Amino acid sequence: MKTFSLLIVCTMLASCAQSSPGNSGVYMLIDTSGTYREEMLKAEQIIRYSLSQLDATDSFAVARIDTGSFSEKDIVAKMTFDDRPSTVNRQKRVFIDQIRAFVDDTRSSPYTDITGGLLQAVEYLNEKGPATKTVLIFSDLKEDLEKGYVRDIDIDLTGFDVIALNVTKLRSDNVDPREYLTRLEQWQNKVEKSGGHWRVINDLDGLEGLL
Amino acid sequence: MNFLLSITPSPVLSALLWIVLVVTALYFARPTAHALINATGRSLYKVFRTASLAVGKARTGLAERNRQVLLAAGREAKERIVEREFHRINETVRKDLGNYSALHRNLSESIKRIEDDHQQAVDVPPDPPGWVKAVQAVAAMDMKDSRVGVGSILSDIHKSLVKAHREAMVAYHEASRVRHTLLRKMRPEWREIQQTLDHVGKNVTSLLSRSSTIDRHMQEYEDIVKGEDRAVSILSSSSLVYFFVSALVLVVAVGGATINFSLIARPMAEMVGGTSLLMGYKTAHIAALVIILVEISMGLFLMESLRITRLFPVIGALPDKTRVRMIWITFTMLFLLASVEAGLAFMREVLLHDELATSALLRGDSATAISNDYMWITTAAQMGMGFILPFALTFVAIPLETFVHSLRTIVGLVAMGALQVTSLLLRLLGNGFRYLSKILAQLYDLPLFIPLWWAARDSSETGRENKRLQKVAS
Repeated sequence: MKTFSLLIVCTMLASCAQSSPGNSGVYMLIDTSGTYREEMLKAEQIIRYSLSQLDATDSFAVARIDTGSFSEKDIVAKMTFDDRPSTVNRQKRVFIDQIRAFVDDTRSSPYTDITGGLLQAVEYLNEKGPATKTVLIFSDLKEDLEKGYVRDIDIDLTGFDVIALNVTKLRSDNVDPREYLTRLEQWQNKVEKSGGHWRVINDLDGLEGLL
Repeated sequence: MNFLLSITPSPVLSALLWIVLVVTALYFARPTAHALINATGRSLYKVFRTASLAVGKARTGLAERNRQVLLAAGREAKERIVEREFHRINETVRKDLGNYSALHRNLSESIKRIEDDHQQAVDVPPDPPGWVKAVQAVAAMDMKDSRVGVGSILSDIHKSLVKAHREAMVAYHEASRVRHTLLRKMRPEWREIQQTLDHVGKNVTSLLSRSSTIDRHMQEYEDIVKGEDRAVSILSSSSLVYFFVSALVLVVAVGGATINFSLIARPMAEMVGGTSLLMGYKTAHIAALVIILVEISMGLFLMESLRITRLFPVIGALPDKTRVRMIWITFTMLFLLASVEAGLAFMREVLLHDELATSALLRGDSATAISNDYMWITTAAQMGMGFILPFALTFVAIPLETFVHSLRTIVGLVAMGALQVTSLLLRLLGNGFRYLSKILAQLYDLPLFIPLWWAARDSSETGRENKRLQKVAS
């Protein structure tokens, strides 16, 4: 009788199924400042690819980088996918519709607050608590803060993958490439000192290893 | 090493000195060493031999046990076969010979009707013609008295004769017609009798055939009861054949179950979630597996309730009313599960289309590009498979029963083989240690060949001296 009771208890405990801890969280920052706005179609391509890779219980958010990016208002679309495959497909379709609307209607911003966007991404992903956290930064990485904005803040990026995508060369970079290299190095140092893992992908035809 | 070679100024001398010392020590320790080696060898030999004997005895016990199990299984199988044959005979007798009295009455009535008809169909001889008497009267008349009226009389006679002949022919034709009618009526009666007799003949032949089959089975049953080696051998080989055949069918069934699983595992995620895990496996997969296992269990119970298999004697021993109820309950559950599976198979196709449409959308293709007019065929096929496979899996119970029963024999045979090999190995090891001890004793003596030769020479000289002294004394 004891064995039987134990068996029943074990079965009941085992039946309390837990959600998979292998889910992912992806937060994508899209630079909308200056001439970078022209790259929006490429950003949409990356979002489509990311959506195709994400599955049930994963979280995905897309936010714009503008003058002050540390704000929920800058989040264009966000979604935590359901457990059921049919709902996931429906959510993905809704998500891509929101992104299309954003790509069509977005306007160029005068300043570029990448650090604020990164802070917002960390906050969002920590709140969701996925097993893997990835921040995609679709930008030329040239930060241009409005006067009065303080962004000299330590960010804890432990457990985060920060991937810079399509880091285009500016006109001044062409004149002096050291500027470009220095910019990349600064961001790499910043991320790695904060405990994160840094990567740069400029060839958008090879997105296989993105997520 | 250097220390050993430095006990004298010359290393060679040191080495020789050590050799002499070691050989001397070995020579003096020789009887004890030999005794130790021999005792160890003998002990190991006895230990392994005892173990071999024990294993051999266990093998014999197992063989006897296997034999008993095999005979019991064979006896049970034969009882079932004989019981079934008797049941069939009983059915034949009840159905065909049970109404023998009615059959007999039918036959008697048919024969009676034929007799009556035959009696009525007897040819009636025609009446003698009426004009004979008239001729006699004419012949008896006096020629003188009646000469004038003879012509008219003869004319009347002729008329009467023609009339009588016509009437006789009409009567004869009428009688023939009636006879033929009666004979025509007899024909179906004959056919009926012939058919009835053919039917009875077939039944009797069938009964004779069945009785000869029962005789054969009874002979085999007697052999089994007597425990004859021939019966055991036949049963053993039959078990092997049944084992492999049932294993093959079970493999096929596992293939069917796998296809069934793939049909319902994906849509099951819609019911229990696509990512939740249970004991390291996806809950959707476990749920799909559970459904298939429940279907197989229902199939087992259905087969048990129908008394096709006998894995659970409790079910077979249930009262008929309860058993019939159980048949209906298990069948209904199977039907419902099969319907659920058909629904899930449909859902799988819908999900697949949905996923393809979403992927196309994400790739930037048109969602309508993937639509296909013939997709309903695969959908219908999947639904059909989802509905049929649970019922097909029901029949797994039959090979499963055979597999379980024959597995006992196979396991017994394998265990017997393993025990026999173990016994042989233990025996070989025992003998190996025995001979190894002898070899070791000889190897021990190898470096002592000089003192041994000396001792042998000395003892032979002593022997010769003793003989010489005995001769002198005598």
